[in-house]
Amino acid sequence: MSIEETEQEIIDEFELFDDWMQRYEHLIDLGKSMPLIKDLYKTEDKLIKGCQSSVWMHSELKDGNVFFTADSDAIITKGMVALMIRVLSGHTPEEIMHSKLNFIETIGLTKHLSPTRSNGLLSMIKQMKLDAIAYRSTFEN
Amino acid sequence: MNFDINKIRADFPILSRKVNGKPLIYLDNGATTQKPKVVIDAIEDYYTNQNANIHRGVHTLSQEITVAYENARATVQKHLNAEHPHEIIFTKGTSDSINLVASSFGKKYISEGDEIIISAMEHHSNILPWQQVCEEKGAILKVIPINEQGELILSEYKRLLTVKTKIVAITHISNTLGTINPIEEIIALAHVKNIPVLIDGAQAVPHTSVDVQLLSADFYVFSGHKLFGPTGVGILYGKEKWLNELPPYQVGGGVIKTVTFEKTEYADLPLKFEAGTPNIEGAIGLAVAIDYINKIELNKIATYEHNLLVYATEALQKIEGVKIIGTAKNKASVISFVIEGLHPFDIGTILDQLGIAVRTGHHCTQPLMQFYGLQGTVRASFAFYNTQVEIDVFINGIERAIKMLR
Repeated sequence: MSIEETEQEIIDEFELFDDWMQRYEHLIDLGKSMPLIKDLYKTEDKLIKGCQSSVWMHSELKDGNVFFTADSDAIITKGMVALMIRVLSGHTPEEIMHSKLNFIETIGLTKHLSPTRSNGLLSMIKQMKLDAIAYRSTFEN
Repeated sequence: MNFDINKIRADFPILSRKVNGKPLIYLDNGATTQKPKVVIDAIEDYYTNQNANIHRGVHTLSQEITVAYENARATVQKHLNAEHPHEIIFTKGTSDSINLVASSFGKKYISEGDEIIISAMEHHSNILPWQQVCEEKGAILKVIPINEQGELILSEYKRLLTVKTKIVAITHISNTLGTINPIEEIIALAHVKNIPVLIDGAQAVPHTSVDVQLLSADFYVFSGHKLFGPTGVGILYGKEKWLNELPPYQVGGGVIKTVTFEKTEYADLPLKFEAGTPNIEGAIGLAVAIDYINKIELNKIATYEHNLLVYATEALQKIEGVKIIGTAKNKASVISFVIEGLHPFDIGTILDQLGIAVRTGHHCTQPLMQFYGLQGTVRASFAFYNTQVEIDVFINGIERAIKMLR
């Protein structure tokens, strides 16, 4: 499934919900069910610090694709993190770098990306793309 | 004046707006307070009818606005019962006021090995400026510890006051815990050893009246926006003798008597500390805000808010897993709490969906959070326009958040 196809799948999923409560309940469920990052990666250098909540993220390159695992101390942030991983994990660095991630706006969660929310999510997306750039440059060398 | 809550709420236009489709319940007054219509009108009127630069022109507008600006200073003077109007310096806010004193006082009076006393419950604004002076001068920052309830341990304070102590800087009311500190005693103890005291009044002025002469505070600072006034304006009260002694902080337009390339003779107080064109509409708006709360009367505000605090505290304590952080005997209308197993960010996010504004996080008091071993708390801080009905909705919101998040 391409990045855009996964985004569309999430958009369809969220369209089933009538109100914000159901959307948040879904996010919370996603957060609860996300596979945790291995404890050995839950270290200071994997920490993306927000003012309010923190995210730990680890990436690996396997057969030319980037795989992400992550965790957060806040469950709603974790739900958002789970969505990001579902969309971006398992794709090539090139695909990740050029992803637009428009689904966030479509499902009405843009405010979680505003700098004032300071939940580490915006920084995490940046870090995911930076990791992708770094992996791509290893190919070029 | 009678305390008529409906009439008071009608004075604040923002209170009738909706957030996320729900009526706004604003419980983040510790961060900033809402503005009554009279303050908003005063700012609009300033730009519509009065705008000119102060202390500069001979023309009518300039003279009128200079009078209005100086009247605003007199209003603050009266409100704090300062001895002279020139003991009131307009700044950008509390942080700016503390930076001014730390920098100017530090320049003149602090040297290597000297000590500065603050407390464990200070806002970063009352830590960082002093930390910087200490780094520059090789001085030492001493911290008055607190007990589990969030009260200063005064016996430790007495122990810290030594011949090396050059200044004490303490918050009047803790922004995170709500603790009202015994500043009369703190000041008196320092004065026995001739040590000056700065009081950070940012959280105190909206809740209580302050008499700087009665307190004998050497410096008392606060922000306009936490007192129902505009942002970007604040106050530094300083005793005349101190302000005369301190060197200027920032220099530029308006602070001088004469300038040659060789030497500058600085203006008298208060202009010596007000470089550049000040926040004129801020000063005027702040004076209007002060007049407004004095019409309602601060003692009535304090009683009303205390009832809200007691009501909210009792309701919160009934919720399983809630732990209130800061249980001092003497508290202002601020409640910090954590809920077992839940992250403050998640609780704040759900409450926001319900139109309820609270603060979550470390509240710019990271050392205090470290003391309690917490990443952050949820904080509800009440003003006199909040109601018990709003607190009921807030409590329901918390219960709903717990149900969703568990």
